[in-house]
Amino acid sequence: MSFQVIEDRHPPVTKTGVLGWIRSNLLFPWYNFVLTLVSSWIIWSIGKPFIQWAVIDAYFGTKSEVCSTTSGACWAFIRDMWPVFMVGVYPEDLRWRPLIGLVIVLALVALTCIKQFRSTRWLRFLWLLSPVAVFLSIGGSETLGIEVVSTDYWGGLMLTLVLSAVAMIFAFPLSVLLALGRTSNLPVIRATCVAWIELIRGVPLITILFMASVVLPLFLPAGTELDKVLRAMVGITMFFSAYLAENIRGGLQGLEAGQYEAADALGMSYWQKTLLIILPQALRIVIPPMVNNFIGILKDTSLVGIVGLVDLLQIAFATTSSPEWFGLLEEAYVFIAFWYWVLCYSLSRYSQHLENKMDTGR
Amino acid sequence: MSMPEVKPLEERPLDKRPVVIEMKGLNKWYDKFHVLKDIDIQVRQGEKVVICGPSGSGKSTMIRTINRLEEHQTGHLIVDGTEMTDDVKNIELIRREVGMVFQQFNLFPHLSILDNVTIAPIWVRKMPRKQAEEIAMTYLERVGISEQARKFPGQLSGGQQQRVAIARALTMQPKIMLFDEPTSALDPEMIKEVLDVMRELADQGMTMMCVTHEMGFAREVADTMVFMDQGQIVEYAGCNDFFNNPREERCKAFLDQILNH
Repeated sequence: MSFQVIEDRHPPVTKTGVLGWIRSNLLFPWYNFVLTLVSSWIIWSIGKPFIQWAVIDAYFGTKSEVCSTTSGACWAFIRDMWPVFMVGVYPEDLRWRPLIGLVIVLALVALTCIKQFRSTRWLRFLWLLSPVAVFLSIGGSETLGIEVVSTDYWGGLMLTLVLSAVAMIFAFPLSVLLALGRTSNLPVIRATCVAWIELIRGVPLITILFMASVVLPLFLPAGTELDKVLRAMVGITMFFSAYLAENIRGGLQGLEAGQYEAADALGMSYWQKTLLIILPQALRIVIPPMVNNFIGILKDTSLVGIVGLVDLLQIAFATTSSPEWFGLLEEAYVFIAFWYWVLCYSLSRYSQHLENKMDTGR
Repeated sequence: MSMPEVKPLEERPLDKRPVVIEMKGLNKWYDKFHVLKDIDIQVRQGEKVVICGPSGSGKSTMIRTINRLEEHQTGHLIVDGTEMTDDVKNIELIRREVGMVFQQFNLFPHLSILDNVTIAPIWVRKMPRKQAEEIAMTYLERVGISEQARKFPGQLSGGQQQRVAIARALTMQPKIMLFDEPTSALDPEMIKEVLDVMRELADQGMTMMCVTHEMGFAREVADTMVFMDQGQIVEYAGCNDFFNNPREERCKAFLDQILNH
């Protein structure tokens, strides 16, 4: 008897492809068929009234008088007020400026999507500069001769985005340092980081926002006026640095001791080991919980309404209290929910993309 | 069992060479547990020392004190002319000269094979990338992995990963190589390819200390054998003496077990 290699054959058609998938996932055995029916019925009974309200019975014109008579959604409200949802009470004649900020960021995103530009030095440099450019375009600057728009006029989706972006950009490096500090061998550094994390994690975000806006000014010399938006940024950043730090610490502890030992044995210094070997791996492990946190930041910025800022959520309340559009809360909620969802879902997709990209088949 | 001819230690010109690793009355405790007891060892340049013994005898701990992956509490340890103390700078300097190969390979999974091998020369030795890559490729070629240089560790077999780990240590151009059970995590078919690389390294005159259970390899390569049990050195002899007439009963029993199983 001699060993003969059997050639590869195709699998049977009924077990693969669309038909095979429908057969094995939706129809067979009988309880799968029942589940398919039941869940289709549930989706239909929830989806139908919503579509009836949002599309079929809805009014898509521009006359506000119709809104009191129609039984469906009155989208005239959104057609009229959407710029306010986007930028709040930002001066109408300057609304093009936040738009420029948005265009800058979107242009950079587009450039990053092009493969040959992705890892070039000038693109990284532009990304580093982009926060400054966005702040200049929205807030202006006296020295540069761009008309200053005080943060009192910042609002809507723009404010939500600025608050979350700032919190993410600053909380991330801070949390990496906190996580490293908490796992450090130096007792003083470790104790400081543990204290920071445990103190801040033990307090609700609302409390921190209140402290930042009410208590903080008490400690500052009389007359120093701290910007309201800035105070909220500091509060949110501090709060999320503690949460992110705990996630990152999880990643640090998820690495095998062998990784630390191999780096040590090659004579690497603490910072070489941390930056070249440990953090790249630890951060990759914690992408999912980290993005979870980022999504949390984005939605939790809606709490800033409590200290008098008018973010996307507060715009919904403000616009539906105006005499013209009084009480159209459903439309406003659906509209802002849509925007929150678009942003959060994009973050989630981006994180999946990152995970795949960084998967080196460990 | 037939014994191959091994030149006795005395005939080798080793004694004239400088001592590169010296342990004098070295002791180590884990908390209250006394792991290493009064260890005295001298390793000369180009000497090949194989350390064996039952598990838990302290052999891995002993070899790991040499590059300070483990700290000792009393006694002296002098590596390449420098006494090991708490001085971080000294430790980093000595580690550059001492390569180590681990049981679990410990390659960096997020870096390609080439980056695994070049990262330390570039950052620790401040070598220009191009030069580091050239040296890396010659060593990868020597261990037979040069075609896989762009792959990631997760795409290689255990034996290949261990050979990369050896190339990674060698690219730092160390004076001493430490092996901590380099073949214990490998499938039987892959043990030989790793031992072959180590044999070649030994032939080229590298100073080597190796913890292993591969007695065939030890008999072929070692100048000196160390047998440890319960944190002590029980037998410390030339290769020939060690295998042909071990003095200690404990060592005889161990060799009987391991050679005639």
